[in-house]
Amino acid sequence: MKVRDLTELAARNLREAVLRNSLTTLGIAVGVASLVALLSLGVGLQQLVDRSVARAGLFDTISVRPRQNTPFGQPGGGGGRRTPQEGSNVQPPRALDDAARKEIAALPNVLEVNPEVRFTAEARLEPNSQLVLVSGMAQSSQSSGTLDGMTGNFFSGANAEEVIVQGDMAKRLLDDGKTPTTLLGQEITLRFAQRQALPPPSQQAPSDAPNQAVGPDEEAMGFSIVPSEKKFRVVGVLPASDFGGGPVGFNNAGLYLPLAVAEKLQVVQGADLRNVARTSTVVGQQYAALNVRASGPAAVAQIESSISHMGFAVFSLIDVTRNLRTFFAIFDLFLGIFGSLALAVASLGIINTLVMAILERRREIGVLKALGAANRDVRQLFFAEAGVMGLVGGVAGVLLGWGIGRIIQLGTMVYMKRQGLSSPNIWSVPWWLVLGAIGFAVLVSLVSGIYPASRAAQLDPVEALRYE
Amino acid sequence: MKPWRGTLRTMNVPENVASTNGFAIRADRVSRHYKMGDALIRAVDQISLEVRAGEFLALLGASGSGKSTLLNLIAGLDRPSSGAILAQGRDLAGMSSEELASHRNQTIGIVFQSFQLLPRMTLEENVELPLRLAEVPRGERPERVSEALNRVGLGARVKHRPPELSGGEQQRAAIARALVNRPMILLADEPTGNLDTKTGEEIMSLIAAIHRPPSGAGRTIIMVTHERALAERFADRIVTLSDGAISREERLR
Repeated sequence: MKVRDLTELAARNLREAVLRNSLTTLGIAVGVASLVALLSLGVGLQQLVDRSVARAGLFDTISVRPRQNTPFGQPGGGGGRRTPQEGSNVQPPRALDDAARKEIAALPNVLEVNPEVRFTAEARLEPNSQLVLVSGMAQSSQSSGTLDGMTGNFFSGANAEEVIVQGDMAKRLLDDGKTPTTLLGQEITLRFAQRQALPPPSQQAPSDAPNQAVGPDEEAMGFSIVPSEKKFRVVGVLPASDFGGGPVGFNNAGLYLPLAVAEKLQVVQGADLRNVARTSTVVGQQYAALNVRASGPAAVAQIESSISHMGFAVFSLIDVTRNLRTFFAIFDLFLGIFGSLALAVASLGIINTLVMAILERRREIGVLKALGAANRDVRQLFFAEAGVMGLVGGVAGVLLGWGIGRIIQLGTMVYMKRQGLSSPNIWSVPWWLVLGAIGFAVLVSLVSGIYPASRAAQLDPVEALRYE
Repeated sequence: MKPWRGTLRTMNVPENVASTNGFAIRADRVSRHYKMGDALIRAVDQISLEVRAGEFLALLGASGSGKSTLLNLIAGLDRPSSGAILAQGRDLAGMSSEELASHRNQTIGIVFQSFQLLPRMTLEENVELPLRLAEVPRGERPERVSEALNRVGLGARVKHRPPELSGGEQQRAAIARALVNRPMILLADEPTGNLDTKTGEEIMSLIAAIHRPPSGAGRTIIMVTHERALAERFADRIVTLSDGAISREERLR
C-alpha cells in the first residue's frame, strides 16, 4: 500500500476512536513536554554560563607570566598556572621581554599578544573620588563582541585620552540617583603612581633637576615613584557585571584606558619592584604579564603547550570550561532521562491503545487480508497509526513544553526582580531540541507499535473473519 | 470413503477467459487437517478437483462438510496440510504470504455470507479498498469504483454507509468490491445465507449475470451453498461434499 493510502487509513482509524486515541496522544504530549521542559532548562542554564564566560573573553585568552623560582628552588605557579612537568623537555624560566613577546606572537593561531597593564589609581569626579583598578584595553576588544551592552562608544583611537567605565564604578562616582550613562562626555581625573628614571650615578644632578619618565633601557638604573595626574573623557559605560566577569577577560577592572595610553603612563606595577631587585642582566622592556588571544578555543591548548615549553607560566580557563561542559552534558543526560520517564509511561499507553484496537478491529483486519492486504500492509497500518499518534503528540508536547518553559521563565524573572537581581534568560528551546523531541516521540511510538503491529499482522484471516 | 477424483467438462466457457490449459482451479489431493486436543479433524481430506475457466461450480454440503474450508484454501486464506492447489496455473501451497495476498487481491474476488463491509466507510470507500491495496493510481480509482457500483445497481448510493443499506444492497456492494480489481475467479461463501428468498434470488441473478454477461468476458464462479434449488438453477455443476471429501458430482449444463 502506498504511503498516502496508509496515512489516510491510519488517520481514519484514529478518528474512529477519537476519545481513546486523544487521551493516548495527550499522554505522549505530556511526556514530550516534560522532556522538552527539563532539557530546555538544562540548555538554558548552560547557555547562560557559556555567555558569561564568553563575554569575559576567557575561552580564547591565555595569560602568560614569567615563571618564578620558589624559595625552595622548584618552579612554581599558583592557581591554574601550568608549570612544566618533571622530566619534560621544557626551557628553564626566562624573562618575559620583547623577544618573548615576538616569539609568542609568531606562534600559529595567535591573533595578538598584548601586555597586561593593570594598576590601582584614584579616580576623581568632583566631588567624589574612588580607588579603582585601571586596565589597558586592546583595540581588538571593540570587535570581539565582549562589549555587548555598552552605552556610548569605543575609544576614538589607540592614543585617545578616553576612558570606558564599568557600570558599578560609574554608580559609585556619581551622586545618588544619577544613572551611570550621565557620565558620558564628562572628564575623570586619574591620580596614579608613575615611574621616573634615575640618572646614572655619575650624572646625578642636583636635586632640583627635573626627572624624566623611565625609558625601557633605563630600567637598570632604577627609578623613583612620583604621583601623577591625568584627565580622561568618558566615552563608554558598561553595564554592571552580573557574574563578576569583565569585558576583557583577565583584565576585569573598573576603568579601561586604551592599551597604548595605559602603557605610556609608565605606572608603577608590582612586577617593576621585582625587576629592580634582580634585573642586573636584563636589558629592555619587561612585562608583568602578556595576554595572548587565540583564534578560537580549540587552539588554546596547543598555544598553551608551546608557550609553556618556552619557559613561561600559562593560565587559561580551557580546563575549567571543559569540565563545565562535561558537567552540563551529564546534567542534561539526567534531565533527559527524567523527562523520558513520562514518555516511557506514555509508550505503555500506545501499546495498550493499539492492542485494544486489534481486538476491536479483528474482523476488519480479516477483511483487509481477504481483500489482498499482506502481513506487511497490516503491520504498516498499525505502525502508521502509532507514528501519527507520536507525531501529533510530539508537536503538541513541544508546544506544551514551550508554554511551561515560558511560565517558569516568567516566574524566575519575577522572583529575581523581587530579590533585586538581574533576571537572566534560563530558558532555551533550540531548534534541535524541537526536532529531536518530535523525532523521539515518533520513534518511541513506533517502537511501542512493534508488538501490536506484529500481532495484528500475524492474525489468521479465517479466524479473524469469524470473530464477532 | 474414497475421495472422488475426476475432471469435469463444462459447456459455455467464454473463449477469451485466460487460464492454464483451460482450468481456472486445479486441486490435487488437497487436505486440511486440524488438531483439536488429541483429535485430528479432517476438514478437507484428499480432495482433487478441476474447475474450468468460466465454469459456475456450486459446492453443496451439510454444515461441517468442509465446503467453506475448501473455499478458503482456494482463496488462499488458508494453507493446505498437504496436496496442491493451482490457481491460474500457480501453486498456492508454494506461495509466500505476500504472493498469497496478491492472489487474493488480483486473481480472485470473495463474497461472504455476512457481507463483511467495513461499517464506518461509505460504499465507495469500501469498494476502493482493493484498489488501494493493489496500488492502483488514484486517478483511475473513481471510475473503477463507479463502474463496479453501477454494475450492481448501487450507483446512486456511493456515499451511504453499510448500516444505511438493506441486506441485499450490502451484498451487492460486497460483490462490487469483489469485482473492482477485475478478478478472473469469483468465490462466494453462502452469498444468500443472510438474505430472504426474494433478495437471495436477486443476488443469484446478479452472480449469474457476472458469470455470463450479455457482453464481454465472463468469470469462473465457485459458490458454496446449502440451497440445492439455487445451485440447480444457476450452476453448471454441483459438487457435494461430505465429511471433507467429495461424495457426489452432478453435471447440469
